[in-house]
Amino acid sequence: MLTPRDEAELSEAIAGASGALRITGGGTRPSGRTRGEVLSTGHLSGIRLYEPGALTIVAGAGTPVTEVEEALAAQNQRLPFEPIDHRRLLEQEGVPTIGGMVAVNASGPRRIQAGACRDSLIGVRFVDGAGTVIKNGGRVMKNVTGYDLVKLLAGSWGTLGVMSELSFKVLPGIAATATLRLGGLAAEGAVAAMSAALGSPYEVSGAAYLPDEGDVILRIEGFEASVAYRAERLSGLLERFGAARTLTDRAEEASRWRAVRDAAACAPSEGGAGDVWRISVRPSDGPQVAERLGSRMRLVDWGGGLIWAVVPEGQPLRRELAGIAGHATLLRAAPETHAALGMFHPEPEALAAVSRGLRARFDPRGILNPGLMDGASAAA
Amino acid sequence: MQMPQPDPAIIQRKAEIVARLQRVLPHDAVIHEEHETRAYECDALTAYRCPPLAAVLPASTAEVAAVLKVCHEEGVPVVPRGSGTSLAGGALPTADCVILGVARLAEVIETNYPDRYIRVQTGRTNLSVTGAVEEDGWFYAPDPSSQLACAIAGNIGMNSGGAHCLKYGVTTNNLLGVTMVMMDGTVVEIGGAHLDAPGLDLLGVICGSEGQLGVVTEATLRILPKPEGARPVLMGFDSNEVAGECVSDIIKAGVLPVAIEFMDRPCIRATEAFAGAGYPDCEALLIVEVEGSPAEIDEQLGVIMQIARRHDPVELRESQSAEESARIWLGRKSAFGAMGQINDYMCLDGTIPVNELPHVLRRIGELSEQYGLEVANVFHAGDGNMHPLILFNANEEGQLEKCEAFGADILRLCVEVGGCLTGEHGVGIEKRDLMLDQFAPDDLEAQLRVKDVFDPRWLLNPAKVFPLAVTQNRRQAAG
Ligand SMILES: Cc1cc2nc3c(=O)[nH]c(=O)nc-3n(C[C@H](O)[C@H](O)[C@H](O)COP(=O)(O)OP(=O)(O)OC[C@H]3O[C@@H](n4cnc5c(N)ncnc54)[C@H](O)[C@@H]3O)c2cc1C
Repeated sequence: MLTPRDEAELSEAIAGASGALRITGGGTRPSGRTRGEVLSTGHLSGIRLYEPGALTIVAGAGTPVTEVEEALAAQNQRLPFEPIDHRRLLEQEGVPTIGGMVAVNASGPRRIQAGACRDSLIGVRFVDGAGTVIKNGGRVMKNVTGYDLVKLLAGSWGTLGVMSELSFKVLPGIAATATLRLGGLAAEGAVAAMSAALGSPYEVSGAAYLPDEGDVILRIEGFEASVAYRAERLSGLLERFGAARTLTDRAEEASRWRAVRDAAACAPSEGGAGDVWRISVRPSDGPQVAERLGSRMRLVDWGGGLIWAVVPEGQPLRRELAGIAGHATLLRAAPETHAALGMFHPEPEALAAVSRGLRARFDPRGILNPGLMDGASAAA
Repeated sequence: MQMPQPDPAIIQRKAEIVARLQRVLPHDAVIHEEHETRAYECDALTAYRCPPLAAVLPASTAEVAAVLKVCHEEGVPVVPRGSGTSLAGGALPTADCVILGVARLAEVIETNYPDRYIRVQTGRTNLSVTGAVEEDGWFYAPDPSSQLACAIAGNIGMNSGGAHCLKYGVTTNNLLGVTMVMMDGTVVEIGGAHLDAPGLDLLGVICGSEGQLGVVTEATLRILPKPEGARPVLMGFDSNEVAGECVSDIIKAGVLPVAIEFMDRPCIRATEAFAGAGYPDCEALLIVEVEGSPAEIDEQLGVIMQIARRHDPVELRESQSAEESARIWLGRKSAFGAMGQINDYMCLDGTIPVNELPHVLRRIGELSEQYGLEVANVFHAGDGNMHPLILFNANEEGQLEKCEAFGADILRLCVEVGGCLTGEHGVGIEKRDLMLDQFAPDDLEAQLRVKDVFDPRWLLNPAKVFPLAVTQNRRQAAG
């Protein structure tokens, strides 16, 4: 295992590598078929700069997510995008790092309001497949100087380079939260209720549907009086979908949103064995997806736009979803299934060619996480 | 600012190239007479002008593809153009290029409220996107001051921002998908009405690529329900430093206004003379706006005004009516126009860490004396995006050069304190030669690779963004 202690060592390790490298941060998101010698960013750790008055934080890629969150919380600030913790879902131990979080663009329920991880990421330093150190973006939140490789690196699963340092735009902490629960809804009504809520001016920061219970939960955050006001108005607006109840138990409320964030309904302990799919669609197509999935659908987030399913091993789910715009990622599966179905949704050939071209230029030897995100096209 | 020598072989073939373009477009969509191409000789960086070989105005994605195919085969550079309001020379032609304007692509294709998006052709102006959904209570958030004129095409090209992006983000945070035509005429769909990318985030790198990766013809944009209300408060201070500290304290206090705008004395004076918005005569002025229900607004403004009072404002005026709000914004919105009335000006766009504000303003003041050119500052203070306006006289020999040198010094200062050359206007030709002040050669090389993949022959807007010396081999190899 390679464990570089700084960016220079990281660069040497990659330049000197003779074969495939398997990049890990805390090792909590080991999806897909990648192979090779392990290169861990765990030692590239530590907060380098934190400027609360400028809403920015810079830290080494191997810094634990919790370390960043604690530093922010001490100044009553936070990461806006509520990153998913994959450990339960993927049955992993270890400590999630911000590098891994960015590499998979981990974004939770608040994504619908505050954007994804990629939207809060404002700077990145990384080492490409040839060992070259590259920086893009910086530590200011408005920056259009040159191409935005920051976005390109977010969600690239370590295939374009190994990140060494990351900068984020952060937000003030949340003073108060309210969660409304609407019961007894089927998928169609649930999505309609969530759309109505998200189409209101009441700034809903979470909208999820739990199909087993038939519950829609809606979250509002902000200053206390404002939260109370908006919760009341929102209940009124949603009357036609049934009586909305406010969750009064704070601990239950927090654990419910954590469960949505981490897709707990798909964890082996709750969703049972099988492959886990993450399906991204336009919310109003949600009910159609729900109909095709039946009881395999475990959770709906992002107001209907993100659907989690657990299906019997090896089922080629993408075929069943044909004709619905969007994509499906096979997040958890046995290696053979990953090999047979592909983890990432095939892209049209013209785009797949662009992705392959980018990868070939950033990693000419093809040593960074080979086998992962390999740019398969729809035609293939 | 230097531009590459036009390719004489292309200029010689003008008649044939025009004829080929006329075969794939309606007759009135190919503009090639010299007196007509002049209309496309510059964008809002008017100090630089050059009529293109020809300009084309396709009316569909298919026509755009046909044009690009012809240009690709002929090896003719193409400069995409929206409304030509770029302040960086992004849409500046070369004599051997075809300007591809998307002004005839201005339709709304779909509005979808349950899924919160609008799909438009990219020649549509920014303001008329909001215009299409406003009556139903929705809006498109990015709001550049040029929104009446600028097109979504250029907004995507430059990843434009606006006064309200502190809360809502800039174009890239509100862009869900595009139809794009690659230089060889291939049409690709990237993203869509869903929220994330299936593979690499290509949309993220296309937004802000200044027309160098492809021609965007349609876009899916996130729309938002209008807030119940909004209200600004106006604050005047004795010094820039104190105003800067007040901004930082507001942010630290946990309130997130939708906008924090800053103006300094020269700017206040000029706008006051021009628009008569009733601004106080003071060193620095802030406009802070919050949104929500009346009660929510009261609560947030309560916190903000309490902070302001701790900094001894010379004026603290909470808007009491829609009319007063409009008046408070009037001065800010007409700031550029006001400066234009009294002088030629160059508008800079560097971003700095917010906490460096007082230091940077002081240094700009010193430089101003050194160069003997006046500067007015007006900018988005919440996110550190500065817009120093350097005043000069274009008719006076040598003043433009002096002004450019001063501008370059200010931008280097922005980089030095941890910021960047451009926060929302883009690099274009204006900041092209400063890129090596912000980036190491390897950093730029990584960006060039991206262009190599999308546009291997370097035909799309090739003379922009990167120093000409850095791209020379690539541009020549392609020619
Ligand atoms: C008075 C004034 C105020 C301004 N205020 C702001 C502000 O507040 N915030 C801000 O961000 N900007 C501002 N700007 C700058 C400018 O308006 C923006 O950059 C705007 O987005 C440009 O849009 P446009 O349609 O005019 O683009 P153009 O100037 O035509 O082009 C801009 C860039 O986009 C590329 N491009 C154009 N069309 C396409 C296409 N179809 N596909 C791919 N690339 C394309 C061009 O090649 C060029 O590089 C201001 C400008 C003025 C004159």
